[in-house]
Amino acid sequence: MAVTEDTGTAPINGKPQSWWSGLSLASVPTPYWFVGAILLLLPVLVGPFMLFQVFGWALILGMIALSLMFLGGYGGMVSLVQMSVAASAAYMLAIFGESAITQISLGWPWWVAIPIALIIATAFGTLTGALAVRTEGIYTIMITLAIASAFFYFTRQNYVLFNGFSGFNGVTPPELFGVDWRQPTPFYYLTLFWAAVAYLSVLYVSRAPFGLALQGVRDNARRMEALGYNVTAHRIAAYVLASFIAAVAGILLVWLNGQVSPGTAGIGPAIDILIIAVIGGLARPVGPFIGAIIYVLLRTFALDFMVSIGLSGERFQLLVGVVFLAIVFWSPDGILGLWERWRNRMNSTDRLTGKARDNDGGSEV
Amino acid sequence: MKDFMARNPFWTLIIVLAVCFLIWAIFAPWPPGFVDTFGRKKIFLNALFNGVTLGALYFLVASGFTLIFGLMKNVNLAHGSLYLLGGYIGYDVANTTGWWLLSFIVVFVVVGAMGVLLQVLVFQRMEGQDLRQTLVTIGISIVVADLMLWYWGGDFYQILTPDWLSGPIQLPIVTAVKSSGEAVFLKYPFVRLVILVASIVIGFAMWLSLNKTRVGMLIRAGVDDRDMLSATGVRIQRVFVLVFAFGAGLAGVAGVVGGTFQSLAPGEDTRFLLASLVVVIVGGMGSIPGAALGALLIGLAEQFGSVYMPTYAVVLTFLIMVVVLAFRPQGLLGERR
Repeated sequence: MAVTEDTGTAPINGKPQSWWSGLSLASVPTPYWFVGAILLLLPVLVGPFMLFQVFGWALILGMIALSLMFLGGYGGMVSLVQMSVAASAAYMLAIFGESAITQISLGWPWWVAIPIALIIATAFGTLTGALAVRTEGIYTIMITLAIASAFFYFTRQNYVLFNGFSGFNGVTPPELFGVDWRQPTPFYYLTLFWAAVAYLSVLYVSRAPFGLALQGVRDNARRMEALGYNVTAHRIAAYVLASFIAAVAGILLVWLNGQVSPGTAGIGPAIDILIIAVIGGLARPVGPFIGAIIYVLLRTFALDFMVSIGLSGERFQLLVGVVFLAIVFWSPDGILGLWERWRNRMNSTDRLTGKARDNDGGSEV
Repeated sequence: MKDFMARNPFWTLIIVLAVCFLIWAIFAPWPPGFVDTFGRKKIFLNALFNGVTLGALYFLVASGFTLIFGLMKNVNLAHGSLYLLGGYIGYDVANTTGWWLLSFIVVFVVVGAMGVLLQVLVFQRMEGQDLRQTLVTIGISIVVADLMLWYWGGDFYQILTPDWLSGPIQLPIVTAVKSSGEAVFLKYPFVRLVILVASIVIGFAMWLSLNKTRVGMLIRAGVDDRDMLSATGVRIQRVFVLVFAFGAGLAGVAGVVGGTFQSLAPGEDTRFLLASLVVVIVGGMGSIPGAALGALLIGLAEQFGSVYMPTYAVVLTFLIMVVVLAFRPQGLLGERR
């Protein structure tokens, strides 16, 4: 795993180090500064539509796809249920908090409703995970797909709790510190903050003993079991973290859209999350965010593009499908994989010693 | 069978009792108290027959899926698209030529040829890469779904039943007794019964050819250990292509069947993909009898669910899947590998 090669931040040399010792500013690679600066200055650069509908949405989808990437890339378990976990958090927030459907919503204050929503959604994801880890590989995909569609049908049929087909609308973020968090700029910073937290925590966990053990389980579950690791517990714990990230993203998603309905977590969106994660690349935590930006840009501007080349805009799914198909067909590790191969071809001269490649190893994220 | 009875006397007893009760419930006129709790007998019988015929349809779709998975470990998530494509092509053929039976042959050949293409162009290139196969077939199903939407539009299509099959037929099963003492017999669409019989015949033929013929022997050997089989000189890629073509063709034929007694519309591909996923998960991956059992269970659950608890009928099937997974992860008739 490329991430673990970075010995500068991971305390794997046996010496006890405090967890923040790797976090000195000098050890942050240059691209981080660059991307971070752009993301922070984005409200100055682009208009409110791009900020809210494109980048806000992309960051949220990126977080959900990040949770899938964490399970798939580090745990070897591709779960299609992440979107349902996010939607369940959104539903729980609408049910316990405030929404326009006053006969169902309990209207509790946000500092009660949000933790409850997070806990319930995480519990749902963990239960699903506990069921899914009884199987392996391809079975996991099928079972999580089936559970995701069960969630979709259940929410669509249940009117007592989930308000059936129409779901909930009018779910807004609380006005805190005198800021209206629904406004593009504050909302963008809110999602950026949580996306950064999710990204950094996945990065941290992937280098922590738990993450390393999880990658060991992915590579050879039998050997890890022989070494005394509880394989099932590690896998379920991975689901806990992934579900929590997805749940946070779900709450942001319901604030972005102002509503949640069964369609939020239909079979299409569940597969879209997989598409996003795969387009970006399942090997690195940054992949899902790249994939999300590409997906959202496609989704937003495909119509204009299709019309400009003389096709009707309805064929958007076709474009997404073809792009996705081309990427998985020629580069299974996504855009990041393409980029990496291109870079290797540019500056690798000696395959035996690999010297030429070492000098920019630090820029890997 | 005997093994099962010897090992699980308790479950055998329960199954025998359930079957006896079912036979009694089908043939005997119901006592009044029974009608009060379960509703009229006609409703029950209709749900039962609909469930069994729906199960037959599910079996047609899922048996191809499970055969392909069992032999090649190929996960073909475009299976639902093959179903819907078969249905649309069947509709066009039946509509233009007027021959319902011809559409089955055309669809089997065309969709089977699509299966050959899939196997040669996609699966042969990425043998053993589960995740990549899944992703590529998801991509294919998205593209195919949109192409079909483009060509056939979003309308509902229903393939017309030919004259000699249409109309209800009277079955020798009493649904109720009139006050005059005259017995009312159950009437049921003839075409559904024909389809039921046809899928039983197809299932039996599959079982027979798997167990009694040379190709079947090769397939079973391939399921057990395909490296060893190819080491003995069998051209296993040919067997693969053959099986894939057959499984895909079967999905296409199921599309015609589904188009005849249900309807065809965008979204049906996902529905039948999910149904066959659930069926093979419940029945056991790669097992034809498992697919039959799973299809029967899911079909019955869906129909009885929609009669007795209409809101959560769809959820019921997934509930069955979850329960099976929790207690028997390899499926009811699956083998642990």
